[in-house]
Amino acid sequence: MWQLITFSTLNGMLYGMLLFMMASGLTLIFSMMGVLNFAHASFYMLGAYFGFEISRRVGFWPGLVLAPLIVGAIGALVERYGLRRLHRLGHVSELLFTFGLAFVIEEGVQMVWGKLPVDYRVPPSLDFVAFRLFDTTYPAYRMFMLLTAVAMFLALLAVLTRTRVGLIIQAALTHPDMVAMLGHDVPRIFMLVFGAGAALAGLAGVIAGPALVTQPDMASLLGPILFVVIVVGGLGSLTGAFVASLLIGLVQTFAVAMNFSLAEVLGPNAPPLLGDLWQVTIAQLAPVMPYLMLVLVLIFRPTGLMGTRES
Amino acid sequence: MSAGARALSPWLALALLLIVAPRIFSSGTALTMMSVMGVMIIFALSFNILLGQTGLLSFGHAVYFGLGGFVAIHAMNAVIHAKLPVGVPIVPLVGGVAGLAFGVLFGLVSTRRAGIVFSMISLGIGELVSSSSFILRTFFGGEEGITTNRVKLTPFLGYKFGPQLEVYYLIAAWCFVCVIAMYALTRTPFGRMCNAVRDNPERVEFVGYSPRMLRLIAFCFAAFFAGIAGGLSAISFEIMNAQQLGAQQSSLVLLMAYIGGVGSFAGPIVGAVIITFLQITLSDVTSAWQLYFGLMFIGVVLYAPNGVVGWMRLHRRAVGLGEAWRLAPAYAMVAPALAAAGAGAIMLIELANRQLALARSEGSAMRLFGFDIDASTAAPWIVAILLFVLGAMVVRRLWPRVGDAWGIVNARLQYRGAA
Repeated sequence: MWQLITFSTLNGMLYGMLLFMMASGLTLIFSMMGVLNFAHASFYMLGAYFGFEISRRVGFWPGLVLAPLIVGAIGALVERYGLRRLHRLGHVSELLFTFGLAFVIEEGVQMVWGKLPVDYRVPPSLDFVAFRLFDTTYPAYRMFMLLTAVAMFLALLAVLTRTRVGLIIQAALTHPDMVAMLGHDVPRIFMLVFGAGAALAGLAGVIAGPALVTQPDMASLLGPILFVVIVVGGLGSLTGAFVASLLIGLVQTFAVAMNFSLAEVLGPNAPPLLGDLWQVTIAQLAPVMPYLMLVLVLIFRPTGLMGTRES
Repeated sequence: MSAGARALSPWLALALLLIVAPRIFSSGTALTMMSVMGVMIIFALSFNILLGQTGLLSFGHAVYFGLGGFVAIHAMNAVIHAKLPVGVPIVPLVGGVAGLAFGVLFGLVSTRRAGIVFSMISLGIGELVSSSSFILRTFFGGEEGITTNRVKLTPFLGYKFGPQLEVYYLIAAWCFVCVIAMYALTRTPFGRMCNAVRDNPERVEFVGYSPRMLRLIAFCFAAFFAGIAGGLSAISFEIMNAQQLGAQQSSLVLLMAYIGGVGSFAGPIVGAVIITFLQITLSDVTSAWQLYFGLMFIGVVLYAPNGVVGWMRLHRRAVGLGEAWRLAPAYAMVAPALAAAGAGAIMLIELANRQLALARSEGSAMRLFGFDIDASTAAPWIVAILLFVLGAMVVRRLWPRVGDAWGIVNARLQYRGAA
């Protein structure tokens, strides 16, 4: 029991921090520019594939640095030459543009790297056992992922609260027009934030690639969960996104570890109607849970956990 | 021609087209393709009740298509099992009612707010339903899906709907009825209020309507027609599986409606026809066909936000008022460059596809635009890059002329409109 709780907590935190690496960029971009970036998870996927390609040719560590930078540059280009042109046509056009982009990136990745998962492995220097607890080992690579995510989180926090750029970004979150009127080059800030958000997602991809599976549908699997995170946390709230990321990470990890079903609880009293419903185990419900949470949050607290605005 | 005849003529033309089409294109593939088109026309139009008319961008519209289809297929199996005297033509209505029921249920949750929040809830509900389809296996049939046999239902007026031709005419009849119903819906006061909710919800409230209620009703109508489309699809293919209600199907209907043009009633019809045609023919020609869809969609979003029909309308107005000749020189200059750039882009995609995805299994030799080439040699790549880069540069240089020509035409049209 304790074993399950300890490891599920560790894995849940890890998954949650990975989610936050992406959700933070997504929510920043959304609250500053009003653009819901459908392609955000695609940047994560590009990060994983670039990381794979670089680690195959040069090594894992150069990939860890280079891949996020390349993805960030791509993100900045997308903002500069795609989204900025569409700004005057309204948010729906921007949303649809990123939607199309996600489609194209997925197809492109399939073309270049094939439809099957690629063999993106944990680097040998990190391929050992970190510690042993209750007779179960915990791989060092997972600890490395967790530490990287925490380091990224602290760096983001420092940039946002301690630097001038961070101040402007924070101001632009709530009062974008005022920031523009104070003479800041808001389009340039947008481009930087978009690029930085893409780079963060790319970094998440590079470190998550070896641990999870690097395959062409990893973006379309993760993308909706990211939206759940930022809506549940409250649109435009970084703290909310952080809480929601951890929440969803933990809920999903714990759910996977549990094997109860209503039929077991009810025993022979289970009604014969909807036979499937009673047989469903909590583990099977794990993929549904984020969406269930989303619907519940939107019914009972439309602003999200920490949000102040509805749209 | 009297006003009444003028209003009726497009519908008569549509009916005639639906009746005559299988006489002209009578092959098996063509019949199947036209059946799919009919289904997709209803589906895309139902989507446009939301996006085009009410301003609600849904990323989960296939939920109602799929659930309608599943309920229809279960209804068919139940009817066969109980030997009830129910014919195939009624089945789509069952799908529609099922779509409506789920539309009411999910609509209550999702139509509270419009805009991005609505889009995200629709996405969430879509994912919720498609991921629960792998849990509720008795209803959704797991990976294989649920199958049925339409021939076992009671014959309707002597027709058993065995041959695809009979199914086509069934779909065509439903398609015709639904198109008229959805068009009529746009002409009702309710339809007008939907447009008002899209354009200015605040003023709608001042007039005394509840935007939320209007959105909910529009949502229910959309779900109803999507359910009919799902029911027709279930009859046509005799199988439903979880893919039919997933994100891919939801994206497909968005692509159809948007590429056709959401600003006009005919847009989604044209989009459904174009995309279905391309989907079936293009997938035979190239394995990268989905990439072309994505690029086409981005192209429409960037350069023709009103879709194919919006673009044609613009030109029809210019032609109708005799101003089109002013556009001709600019178009004549840009067209070759545009064609060159397009050909270059297609070549690049095909070469890359051949070299990266297919070369290992099928070799690098290929046939492109009637030429036999080898993707592992440099020559075709150089030609492709030259075509694309030079074409794009020339288009960039000459595009302002098109803009200028349109400026003149628009000014003249406005002047005439004022006079």
